[in-house]
Amino acid sequence: MKVHEYQAREIFRSHGLAVPPDRVAATPEEVGAAAAELGGPVVVKAQVLVGGRGKAGGVKLAATPEEARRKASDILGMDIKGITVERVLVASAVDIASEAYAGIVIDRASRRPVMMVSAAGGVDIEEVARATPEKIRRIEIDPRYGLLGHQASALGFALYEDLTLVRRAAQLFRGLYAAFVDVDASLAEINPLVVTRAGELLAIDAKLNLDDNALFRHPDLEKLRDPSDEDPAETEAREKGLSYVKLDGNIGCIVNGAGLAMATMDLIKYYGAEPANFLDIGGSSNPEKVVNAMRIVLSDPNVKAILFNIFGGITRCDDVANGIVVALEQLEVDVPIVIRLTGTNEDEALRILESVGLPATNSMDEVVQRAIDLAVRTAAPEAAR
Amino acid sequence: MSVFIDESTRLVVQGITGRDGSFHARQMMEYGTRVVAGVVPGKGGQTFDDAVPIFHTVADAVAETGATASVIYVPPAFAVDAVYEAADAGIELIVTITEGVPVFDMTRVIPYVQERGARVLGPNCPGLISPGKSKVGILPGQICTPGPVGVVSRSGTLTYEVIHHLTGDGIGQSTCVGIGGDPIIGTSFIDCLEAFEADQETKAVVMIGEIGGTDEQEAARHVKSSMTKPVVGFIAGQTAPPGRRMGHAGAIISGSEGTAMEKIEAFRESGIGVARRPADLVGLVREALG
Repeated sequence: MKVHEYQAREIFRSHGLAVPPDRVAATPEEVGAAAAELGGPVVVKAQVLVGGRGKAGGVKLAATPEEARRKASDILGMDIKGITVERVLVASAVDIASEAYAGIVIDRASRRPVMMVSAAGGVDIEEVARATPEKIRRIEIDPRYGLLGHQASALGFALYEDLTLVRRAAQLFRGLYAAFVDVDASLAEINPLVVTRAGELLAIDAKLNLDDNALFRHPDLEKLRDPSDEDPAETEAREKGLSYVKLDGNIGCIVNGAGLAMATMDLIKYYGAEPANFLDIGGSSNPEKVVNAMRIVLSDPNVKAILFNIFGGITRCDDVANGIVVALEQLEVDVPIVIRLTGTNEDEALRILESVGLPATNSMDEVVQRAIDLAVRTAAPEAAR
Repeated sequence: MSVFIDESTRLVVQGITGRDGSFHARQMMEYGTRVVAGVVPGKGGQTFDDAVPIFHTVADAVAETGATASVIYVPPAFAVDAVYEAADAGIELIVTITEGVPVFDMTRVIPYVQERGARVLGPNCPGLISPGKSKVGILPGQICTPGPVGVVSRSGTLTYEVIHHLTGDGIGQSTCVGIGGDPIIGTSFIDCLEAFEADQETKAVVMIGEIGGTDEQEAARHVKSSMTKPVVGFIAGQTAPPGRRMGHAGAIISGSEGTAMEKIEAFRESGIGVARRPADLVGLVREALG
């Protein structure tokens, strides 16, 4: 789960990191008032959960409250990568002498948290990693002992020569690591970490992604979730215990298991069409899950055929078949459905489907080809109209 | 022979009375796995299905029954402690089926287990099966048949799909291992490849990967530098968009890293035959077996 910059700044502050004062505002008037309250020049930043805000014109500097109000009226309501800006952060602008990068991720290869710093701050760190990896200093952290004092210092020395700054940076890195652990983050980033002309060390941006698996022990953080970050169908799917990602094609997919769901999408592509979505109904799927899955897939107007690919293990094929029957009773289904079922209770499932006149196959290749064929036929009369 | 488990494996089921634990304990017993104990704190002294003694702790289960492996079906909030408990009790193989375990907790428990000379498989994995000998986890036994092919995969049902094709074509398996779909897992592709390389029964290996991370790329380099047995593979997620989690917590393309194409290329560069469809693995395996 991603959290907004203004939320991440608050979490960083509560762990002792120096972050310039700020306010959140939803109207140009609120922005003007916030700027007046903060005093001096401010930066107005769109609060959206996508990268590239600056490039899209969602971050602007303003010298006076009036200018802040004007710039905010440009930013509020702006569309950044399909997301409408509804809130902005108004933060005191700082006089920047140098910009660095500091971040922590959980590194899959070493199975440890890794802290990275680079003097090349303020730019895309992935770009730095690709073009000039030698500019990044990485330290693996043993999660049982945390970021050790000497490690924090070494990271400080990688960025600064001035001993006072090195000590402050080391202190800040320990705070950043503490925040990372406390909220069960999967990523914590300060980009840029700046030194002001007055010699202060400040985090002027904050990025935090949380581990979804750990949210059960952070009910307070779960409340920070912003539904505008998700397609409404994706929100509904998550609430119903399904994993759904909307895509651009026209074959709706309902599959049990993430790997098989991806392989099904790939096979659709292999046979020359495009999947409309990724959808994993998970294990031990009861009929209700199938009904919810059908509703979500059908909410996408691009869908011209629905493909079920079920390999029964924990999932019982007869449960899925019953779900399909119930869904057909409850929902208005105006596209063809093709079904592949194999594994646990397959025979029973085939009997159930046959009773409502739905044929099923046990071959994945066959069902994909058939879905594509039917989708083309469903789409054709519409195109002719 | 087989890898990690065989007919002598003595299994304790942690969470044997839960919905998933009881269902799969029965499935494993039917398959012939030696389920020697169950552990449910508070239910020690009871018996599961009139056949398996239940203990309060794993240590008691090990002392009384000589269990060597454990399988964990407890909910995510308690799963990590169950792993620590199994390691402290001297269990050698700890198979963690539970999905949704906090990632940071795994970074702490894995070294703890390794320092005790034990192995974690998973979390968020289907477990493993040595056809005809033993199964630990949730893989459906009826789709497997004994034979010379080792299977290792990050997925569950996609693995079943592949095994189904192999068995349907008369190609049996030595052991099938599901390593799990989370970003931090206890047993890697490379651990499994090393085990298959050392296993006399295994003549070829099928490796099934997916988007996210660089485990497959590292495994490919390992195949090139250290394996004498042929390896063929499949990568799921060629149509997955970047930045989106595709079900598995670990299945996410971050920036430009972890794409299916990058992994397929790494496989090819290391001489690993890559199937375009799961069904095509059968032909590749036949070729590999010679």
